[in-house]
Amino acid sequence: MSIRVLESGLVSQRVISEEIEKIQAGAAAGQTQPRLDFAPYRSAVLRHPAREPRPADPEEAELVAPVFGRSDVDPLESDLTIGGAGEPIGSRIVVRGRVLDGDGRPVRRQLVEIWQANAAGRYVHQRDQHPAPLDPNFTGAGRCLTDDAGWYTFTTIKPGPYPWHNHRNAWRPAHIHFSLFGTEFTQRMITQMYFPGDPLFALDPIYQSITDERARARLVAAYEHELSQHDFLLGYRWDIVLTGRHATLMEGGDA
Amino acid sequence: MPELSVPELAAPELAVTLGQTIGPFFGYALPYPGDRELALRGSADAVRLHGYVYDGEGNGVEDALLEVRQADASGAVPAVPGSLRRGGAPFTGWGRAATDADGHYWFSTVEPGPARAGSAPFFAVAVFARGLLDRLFTRIYLPADPAVLDSDPLLASLEAGERRAMVAVREADGSLRFDVHLQGPGETPFLTFRSIPERGEE
Repeated sequence: MSIRVLESGLVSQRVISEEIEKIQAGAAAGQTQPRLDFAPYRSAVLRHPAREPRPADPEEAELVAPVFGRSDVDPLESDLTIGGAGEPIGSRIVVRGRVLDGDGRPVRRQLVEIWQANAAGRYVHQRDQHPAPLDPNFTGAGRCLTDDAGWYTFTTIKPGPYPWHNHRNAWRPAHIHFSLFGTEFTQRMITQMYFPGDPLFALDPIYQSITDERARARLVAAYEHELSQHDFLLGYRWDIVLTGRHATLMEGGDA
Repeated sequence: MPELSVPELAAPELAVTLGQTIGPFFGYALPYPGDRELALRGSADAVRLHGYVYDGEGNGVEDALLEVRQADASGAVPAVPGSLRRGGAPFTGWGRAATDADGHYWFSTVEPGPARAGSAPFFAVAVFARGLLDRLFTRIYLPADPAVLDSDPLLASLEAGERRAMVAVREADGSLRFDVHLQGPGETPFLTFRSIPERGEE
């Protein structure tokens, strides 16, 4: 395959899309872990380990997640729209869902952290210098603890898509970054939540780095009208399933 | 927020939600004051644990985030809150440090004791970075008598070079130095656990 390099030094979307297609055509269905070696996402080229991970028997530090409590997180931190003197610009939304472990048990009283771009697609970060406005009333960072049934809720603004320099005319679909803990440190996970129907899905090498279509779709929230509030906001539902717990494996006699 | 019913999850088997890269813009969201000070700098038992994160060409990774989870000096793993607002909180055994422009990270913490008889003491580590499509797990073992390291179940399963790559180096001032190589000849041994499905990359 000839790589067509454009004047800017960045390859075209077509080149990236062809690379994605080729890798996905050769990938097995039913993916259960992210692929690390995925060259269409150019930043991965020098940052993915080449060797297989070594199997380890988890010990206590890995079997016990850190604990967070009311002293750590203020309930107001789950509302990203109230941090400024005024209202942030954009479409107000609520994102709500459950954090479960691999056995379907709720992950109770555990920390969930999110961060995102504003409605114009701009992050409050020095390295994000693309020409879209910052919003003085929106930082785009939030935290909460799940409740006793594993539910989290954030009130925020729908983030905009934004350009990046993976290739020429590259745009990330709108997304919210989620950071999650389970009951074991082995369940630690960071991922991204997307919005339904985004036309940029097919073009995005980060979303497409999950080669299995159904596994990708699990990163997309659902619009849920029951969560929308009259005259106020739109509601999205997104559940998260972490990996299993070793305690369960041992209960099952598989130790 | 109106009260919501809790719908049953209909799926016969729960499909795991897959990880994605932390991306480049976590710096205003995940770091917080005191995140890397599990033990206050200068306190009696505090040790500096530090190093660099490198990519496959030996460049420092300026947008990585490391987290450590560890036992206290007695070998007990704390399960107490207080990591996010550390003022006066007891030792929580968890901390977080973003790398700087050179790819350098540091923690101020205590040296963990052995959690199990026959196991060598270590810091459990999760590594995140832009360009890294999922978190990586590894361990940072404390430098110790070779007999202690040889008897550790994980270290005993590794070849000598890999074993060395998982043990911190004691520096002249007492600090512990541990570099993470995401790729390349000195690639850090990364770990998987039974609960984590295989990646199945071709």
